[in-house]
Amino acid sequence: MNDSKKKTNRRDFLFTASYTVGAVGIGATIWPFIDQMNPDSSVKALATTEVDISQIEPGKSITVLWRGKPVFIKRRTETEISEAKAVNLDDLKHPEKDEDRVKKAEWLVMMGICSHLGCVPLSDKGDYNGWFCPCHGSHYDTSGRIRKGPAPTNMEIPKYAFIDDNTIRIG
Amino acid sequence: MCNFKGIFSSFLILFFIHTNFSNAEEIKIPKYDWTFKGITGTFDRSALQRGYQVYTEVCASCHSMNLLSYRNLGEKGGPEFSVEQVKAIAANFEVTDGPNSDGEMFTRPGRPSDRFVSPYPNIEAATAANGGAYPPDMSVLVKARKGGADYIYAVLMGYTEPPADFQLEDGVYYNKYMDGNKIKMSNPLADDLVSYADGTNATQAQMAKDVTTFLTWAAEPHLETRHKLGFKVVIFLIILSTLVYFSMRKLWSRIDPKD
Amino acid sequence: MSEHTYTPKSKFGKWFNDRLPLLSLASHLTDYPTPKNLNYWWTFGGILTFCLLSQIITGLVLAMHYVAHADLAFNSVEHIMRDVNYGWLIRYIHSNGASMFFLAVYIHIFRSLFYGSYKSPREIIWILGMIIYLLMMATAFMGYVLPWGQMSFWGATVITNLFSAIPLFGESITTWLWGGYSVDNPTLTRFFSLHYLFPFLILGLVILHIWALHVPGNNNPIGIDVKKPSKDTVPFHPYITIKDLFALLIFLIIFSGFIFFAPNVLGHSDNYIQANPLVTPKHIVPEWYLLPFYAILRSVPDKLGGVILMFGSIFILMALPWLDSSKVRSSVFRPLNKIFFWVLVIDVLALGYVGAMPAEGLYLVVARVGTLYYFAHFLVILPLLSRIEKTQPLPLSITEPVLTGMPKVEFIKSDKPDV
Repeated sequence: MNDSKKKTNRRDFLFTASYTVGAVGIGATIWPFIDQMNPDSSVKALATTEVDISQIEPGKSITVLWRGKPVFIKRRTETEISEAKAVNLDDLKHPEKDEDRVKKAEWLVMMGICSHLGCVPLSDKGDYNGWFCPCHGSHYDTSGRIRKGPAPTNMEIPKYAFIDDNTIRIG
Repeated sequence: MCNFKGIFSSFLILFFIHTNFSNAEEIKIPKYDWTFKGITGTFDRSALQRGYQVYTEVCASCHSMNLLSYRNLGEKGGPEFSVEQVKAIAANFEVTDGPNSDGEMFTRPGRPSDRFVSPYPNIEAATAANGGAYPPDMSVLVKARKGGADYIYAVLMGYTEPPADFQLEDGVYYNKYMDGNKIKMSNPLADDLVSYADGTNATQAQMAKDVTTFLTWAAEPHLETRHKLGFKVVIFLIILSTLVYFSMRKLWSRIDPKD
Repeated sequence: MSEHTYTPKSKFGKWFNDRLPLLSLASHLTDYPTPKNLNYWWTFGGILTFCLLSQIITGLVLAMHYVAHADLAFNSVEHIMRDVNYGWLIRYIHSNGASMFFLAVYIHIFRSLFYGSYKSPREIIWILGMIIYLLMMATAFMGYVLPWGQMSFWGATVITNLFSAIPLFGESITTWLWGGYSVDNPTLTRFFSLHYLFPFLILGLVILHIWALHVPGNNNPIGIDVKKPSKDTVPFHPYITIKDLFALLIFLIIFSGFIFFAPNVLGHSDNYIQANPLVTPKHIVPEWYLLPFYAILRSVPDKLGGVILMFGSIFILMALPWLDSSKVRSSVFRPLNKIFFWVLVIDVLALGYVGAMPAEGLYLVVARVGTLYYFAHFLVILPLLSRIEKTQPLPLSITEPVLTGMPKVEFIKSDKPDV
């Protein structure tokens, strides 16, 4: 290299600058190609569902689709509520009070997805009168809490709100 | 050699002159200075909102816009109605949903995620109700017509008295800018046909302008983002190519071409 | 080639390279001796590689959101344009990318024509290139059908009907192509499948094209053989890579101009109307890059004749290395060929222009004269020129552009590839 030091510096600066700017450009170009796989705006627009619950009898439940997944809305009987409340938290694998899992004691709104590997549990089955997941045998109680089997946590509670006494908005 | 190139380029130019001549027989569409034209063009927000009003109060009785959803009205780069306004707009429409648990279809108030409600259940119904001429869906209408926004505006403003010897059948109207000067849509706009929410004087030209702006947005909802991003990309590429150019010069200076 | 001399420095590198000589390949590609006088017309090879990869990547993304069904295709494209994050950008890159791809390929082909790059010993490179070009046209045509607009539908109808010109089997062939009695859903789904496949065939052929190029090495603006490596050559990296990169960036600025500021200017507005088998658009025109062939097709009043001539106009190019037997490659030293080269350029442009116009009156006359000249250029003028043309003296090397008399014929004949 016979270049003077000054020349070398200028050249190094030029090359470094080119590389840096080029790298920024490549990074910025990659983003749209990654972001296109995220939920698009039509999917996001369906992020809330309103459900009419006036027709549900005590002890019965309905399943609605929200974000492509089932949500259980169960109108619990007095026995089921007291059963859920009576459980000693120390007996639970994932201790949560029933009060913390519902907004109104009568209504349990819960993702119908087993926390094990994502199957849909069957209602009014299992050893705890709640739900039973047929895939790998997880038993849930009347509050949707895991009591027996491989599932690690209770069934998830989605974000929801009572618009009025007869309507729930999920999401 | 240069002579040859010269001869052939003039030959080529002659061609273009010739086309211009033959095009002269076609209808010239006047150019309009839209705010969304040019590389930094954006939409006039209030024109979009008024345009939506014109669409929904006038055009929507025959023309569907089934690629749009009410939520689009609140999205960035569009009319940008507020969330509450969008909900209120959507709720004004009866949407057929279902089937419910009894297997019945039912209607409910619209939600922002719903598509624009069409005036007719299908193309055949729309055609039958309009004397055999299907009122085209307006979602991408501006992009589907040569001349785009200028053409739509020209047609809306192009209803004039036909020349004395012009033959018009029943249900066909004269329009200066329509192909063949015949159109099956009667003049849809008239002064004060709508009363604008923002108090703008609703002249025919104003309404035509507003609804054309609205339809342009509907056909190309990301136009503003596209212009903004494009501007940045081109600036970036110019900077990078300048840097690369000088790096290249530096590198190649090692190679003496006469060496 | 340099494979023989290259040994990786690290022990692992050597171990790996002995089993799969990827490092040797990389070293060959970086050191590949390239004539140092390559001008910017030579950067389009790199630009084309970029175009191909860009089309494959954006196409891959579009296929994630597109629905290949006659009832849903149009709306799914609009879904991409409206709802998918950056969907509008990716779709506009893909649709304008096709045009840019053809723009670059035409420059690449005409560069080859001007500088005689198709001549011995590069005939295989040329033929591979022509096959790539044919596949590109097929791919672009099928891709244009996918949005299922009016031009998609009627373009597909017209082009597939070309095959009905074949005597005896014509009808059965079109029915077979369509999978029905008209262009319909089965046609769309098979076009989608093939449109996805063909770019990978092109990619494979591009690799062969480059491989075949690396045997004799690049031609150059003077068209003489260069010794490799020598004073006349530079290593491909960094000298040629940076030049290619610079040209690519300029190309990208133009490309971006289309994508961001005039994304629909090269398309046809009728393709924003959903396909309707009952209504034909007033003027069916193919995309601009197919217009010259369309003009040739329409210049013949006979159906079969037009089809034969159109395909002939492409296949005739394959025979080019044998039609033009002049020993001198570069037109820089071929005063007559230089003129006829430009006539051909004008001819093809004129054909493209009349291809977009209605086939009547003066346009038809020009199309016929243009077609006639096109074939005459390859079948009459070039073979004749190579016999009668008095070429100018060639320089002995790139570094010695001093003209010292006619070179000896042995010199122009290529060196045996040094493998």
